[in-house]
Amino acid sequence: MATLATHPDCVPVVSYRFGKGATDIGRYIELGGYDSVPKALALGPEGIINEMKASNLRGRGGAGFPTGLKWSFVPKQSAKPKYVLVNGDESEPGTCKDRLIFEQDPHSVIEGTIIAGLSVQAKMGFIYLRGEYRYLLQIMERAVAQAYTKGFLGKNIFGSGLDFDIVTQTGAGAYEVGEESALMESLEGKRGIPRIRPPFPAVVGLYGGPTIINNAETIATVPHIFRMGGAEYAKLGTERNGGTRLFCLSGHIERPGVYELPMGYNLKKMIYEVGGGIPNGKKLKAVVPGGASTPALTADEIDIGMDFDQVGKAGSMLGSGGVVVLDETTCMVEFALRTMKFYAHESCGWCIPCREGTDWLKKSLTRLHEGGAVDKDIDNIRYLAENMLGRTFCPLGDAAAMPTIAFVKKFRKEFEDHLDGKGCPYRHTHQEELVVV
Amino acid sequence: MSSTTLFSPALAARFDKLVTLYPVKRSALVPMLLYAQDEVGYLSDAVIVEIADRIGITELDVRNVISYYSLLRIKPAGKYHVQVCTNISCMLRGGNEILDHCKKKLGVANKGVTPDGLFSLEEVECIGACSWAPAAQVNYDFHENLTAEAIDKVLDDYRTKSKSGVAK
Repeated sequence: MATLATHPDCVPVVSYRFGKGATDIGRYIELGGYDSVPKALALGPEGIINEMKASNLRGRGGAGFPTGLKWSFVPKQSAKPKYVLVNGDESEPGTCKDRLIFEQDPHSVIEGTIIAGLSVQAKMGFIYLRGEYRYLLQIMERAVAQAYTKGFLGKNIFGSGLDFDIVTQTGAGAYEVGEESALMESLEGKRGIPRIRPPFPAVVGLYGGPTIINNAETIATVPHIFRMGGAEYAKLGTERNGGTRLFCLSGHIERPGVYELPMGYNLKKMIYEVGGGIPNGKKLKAVVPGGASTPALTADEIDIGMDFDQVGKAGSMLGSGGVVVLDETTCMVEFALRTMKFYAHESCGWCIPCREGTDWLKKSLTRLHEGGAVDKDIDNIRYLAENMLGRTFCPLGDAAAMPTIAFVKKFRKEFEDHLDGKGCPYRHTHQEELVVV
Repeated sequence: MSSTTLFSPALAARFDKLVTLYPVKRSALVPMLLYAQDEVGYLSDAVIVEIADRIGITELDVRNVISYYSLLRIKPAGKYHVQVCTNISCMLRGGNEILDHCKKKLGVANKGVTPDGLFSLEEVECIGACSWAPAAQVNYDFHENLTAEAIDKVLDDYRTKSKSGVAK
């Protein structure tokens, strides 16, 4: 059981029905559920997209692309069927928010998927969960079956004359499948290898048809936008960053948990007030603001608002909402190494700069951490990472390179402290010895 | 479809339906592999042949997909597959120590299986339990906010469950 954490500053929108028994369709309807579909039907495709644009909702998966604009890219006329694809392959280290949505409010995902479908006249949606979330598939399958029984899915939904079907499934363990084009490959029963873009999924996506693909939190927010009105939702956040989002606090923090806070909420306040600060009277060293792929901020860079633009301006990214807090005892080389071990493991191998780059970075960081590195290795790590940037089909290469560059740049002294055979000056948490294949 | 199947009648029926749900049959491949593995324990040669046949693709196509996904395995795991996360959020809160503790307790290395086949151990990447770290999954069940004592209890409970003959 995953539960939502609360604080007086929390604003429950997407978490509005959490902990209220809304997994059951009757209760969901009692709480105003499925009221948004008739509203969307009345607005029609163009009206839906306008409402979405007014909400200033930006993609909660990490890139922060405006959702309404994304939907508007789907062509009106298409020879091939259109699809809606919900990305619940939540795998970004530090992120555990979609899990809560599926567990506590599965119908909001279904309702959001239906509305997304209506906006582009799609007849079919897919909800793809990560393989590790098998217990959530059971919850989602039950919710989908209930929605069919009520006539909210299937033929002539809500008596509108329109048809809409939803299929749910899980993946089988692959971070890369969280990338939109790799997800489509996986859903087509193949290895999760990214596709070259353009064409973008809005034009050529799943099964070659125009496809709306959004993060699960983005989709689950949609019914709430129609419940409150797009403009009202937008007001909760900051300029161009509408609403609220689920932030996952983890690491060295007194009260880790998933909290729903307004977009633009101050990061320092989030850590010290919402999260209760750093345990055991330790000092803060760094914060990874939006999942493992986002460049770390130092302790004096965190007085910023957590929206896509402000975190971008601070040289990092808001990402997936995974806020990982590191205290002064953390070895940044070890942290960089663990991050890189992850990317080396998850690189699909399709693009050489990513496949080779992540592996060499892992080896270099291991050598540095163990005390076998020379001065030049530090610059080589940065050089290698910089040369991966922008040279791969999908963002995984960038996701590995960007934090690495930041670690070297901002914590160079710590990297240097590992040189000359000294190895790690910090309390050594165990690292698996490397097997070089 | 051939009349003989390796799977239980319920699973065979589920597969018959699964291949009709998607615009293309092949989309059912990943879910079929997972469900087959859940029932058989791993993806044996015979399982691979039958799934290839059900979908109408080659055995090689199926193997090509299996080798991509980390949850899919072609060798048996323990009855209880213990997956300890050591990714960043778990690492910061003692995930590596939990893994070490499990190695000692079970007497196996990473990816090892205990001689009685009851447990297998694997270090895994982020499982989506970051705010409740450190965490592990045993089969599909999450165990969170772990300490050495807590994981001991988790493992002991599975051992007891197995002895008393209660299914997982």
